[in-house]
Amino acid sequence: MRRDRNQSSDVKAMTVLRRRRTVIAWGFSLPFVIVFVLFMLVPLLSSLAMSFTDIGSSDIQTPFNVNFVGFHNFMSLFSDKQFWSSMRVTALFVLVGLPLTMAVALALAVALNKGLRRVNAFFRALFYAPVVASTIAIAVVWRYILQNDGLLNSLLAIINVQGPDWLHDTRTALPSLIVMATWRNVGTLMIIFIAGLQAIPTEVLEAASMDGAGEWTKFRCIVLPLLKPTLLLGAVLQSVSYLQFFDEPFVMTEGGPLGSTLSASYYIYEKFGFGQYGISSAASYVLFIIIAAVSALQFRLMRNKDD
Amino acid sequence: MTESMKSSVAVPSSRQRQLRMTDEIVPDNRPSLWRRFRKAHGITYTVLTLFACIWIFPFFWMILGSLKTQREIMRIPPTFLPQNPTFSNFTRWFTELDFGTFFINSAIVAVVTTLGNLVFCSMVGYALAKIDFAGKNLLFGLVMITLMVPSVATFVPLFVIITNMHMLNTYMSLILPFLTQPLGVFLMRQFMMGIPDALLEAGRIDGAGELRIFFQIVLPQCKPPMATLAVLTFLSSWNNFLWPLVAAQSNKMYTLPVALSLYSTGQQATDYSILLAGAVLVVTPILLLFIFLQKYFIQGVTMSGIK
Repeated sequence: MRRDRNQSSDVKAMTVLRRRRTVIAWGFSLPFVIVFVLFMLVPLLSSLAMSFTDIGSSDIQTPFNVNFVGFHNFMSLFSDKQFWSSMRVTALFVLVGLPLTMAVALALAVALNKGLRRVNAFFRALFYAPVVASTIAIAVVWRYILQNDGLLNSLLAIINVQGPDWLHDTRTALPSLIVMATWRNVGTLMIIFIAGLQAIPTEVLEAASMDGAGEWTKFRCIVLPLLKPTLLLGAVLQSVSYLQFFDEPFVMTEGGPLGSTLSASYYIYEKFGFGQYGISSAASYVLFIIIAAVSALQFRLMRNKDD
Repeated sequence: MTESMKSSVAVPSSRQRQLRMTDEIVPDNRPSLWRRFRKAHGITYTVLTLFACIWIFPFFWMILGSLKTQREIMRIPPTFLPQNPTFSNFTRWFTELDFGTFFINSAIVAVVTTLGNLVFCSMVGYALAKIDFAGKNLLFGLVMITLMVPSVATFVPLFVIITNMHMLNTYMSLILPFLTQPLGVFLMRQFMMGIPDALLEAGRIDGAGELRIFFQIVLPQCKPPMATLAVLTFLSSWNNFLWPLVAAQSNKMYTLPVALSLYSTGQQATDYSILLAGAVLVVTPILLLFIFLQKYFIQGVTMSGIK
């Protein structure tokens, strides 16, 4: 009897303690929760709501005094040639840029995974340097190199080749941006891949050498399969960032020539600039859903790795 | 294949003995470390060096261009080394283009954002890692969802919200939305989970409250992830572009990338001597930081990439 009472008071004490802990923990999280609700959750929901209204720049002081227009924004979006063109540009950027970036990053990672540690650290830092530089600054430099009478064409002229006006030619503008993005982003993937390579047990590779496997065979049959989770993860991380590319065309081509470098993000920004917030939100939601789908893939990959 | 292997296995036993004998007699005969290194990695490093030269060339070209006079930079074909090296492009940024203001804006925004993330992300990280409370899974779910939301999906409604909070074109608008980043919360939580509970229990037995335990026991242990978080946050804030472009509406609030991008697409669009000097000014602080704190940058990539 007495013991029972003791137990129940223990339980009571526990719940009081837990309640106290809950208050403390949410107290610790309060700044994050405020920032999250105010600048993430509310915008995300309003973005969805706005895409069903005719909100424009004139409604900015009275955002609740707008008309519900149903799927009208999405309809006009999907019948807008420029929107489809921007989706195509974005898709091309990802589908060409991603494999290129990954291939270069993997080659560098493999080369830097053996040899002298100090020397490798130096090279690693060097290849990573463009990642830390502001895209805007980088874009200015590349525009200077690629302009019609710039360095690249002057060098080509030496060997008697007449280079195109790289950034003003519809055929070369997007490829130029892809090459630049590759140059800038290889560093991140390279470091992720090096970490992945170092996790491959050396015993496996030694065993393969004993069996007479050459370097290429080892790479193809052992390294690549073992590196697959890292490669997939890198692919997802990079494609999420490539799907949003904006800074490069903003400075280098302003979306031109003839919209050939107008990315999805640029389209959203442009509609925003025109004051068509409804259409802009609708387009941003389409892009968001694509990005969320790719990110969801990342979570699945991460979970598989934990198992 | 098998035959050659057999022979290569069969022969060495006698040769090895021979080699060892000569080694003992004339030790200098052994190939030097450098020789052996060159034999094993020479080709790799030659290719890497060539690649590295291409990789850093844009930075070189940027610096060279920034030292040329306005007239020299228009020259076709371009000169390689500046003929009359001049710092006038840099001084023009200070005297004509208000570099000081942009720099201070960028610095204030980056420093405050970094400090905020250090404090607030650690607090949430602590709650998630070390306190058992109601709603913990919900909170962690929020963090993970936030990780997936790209800024392009929220900037339009965010603009409406910030306008109605009368914060447009203030430091607040540039700092608040980034004050706690989900990645930082994740980083801190992961690290804090590794801190032994016994340490905290000891504090609790001594009668320390959660705040004291957090500040006096947990935080001092967390220097490595905090350094990484600081570097990551500073970098992304310094280079942030889309939101500052939208939220900063006048010269006095522009950050460096915004100012540079607007000059490079505005009146100064063809004046590359001044644009390249601007690019140097934007890139230098972050490159210096990278050179001195390399370790933390690299850690940031591996930690945020692999998780």
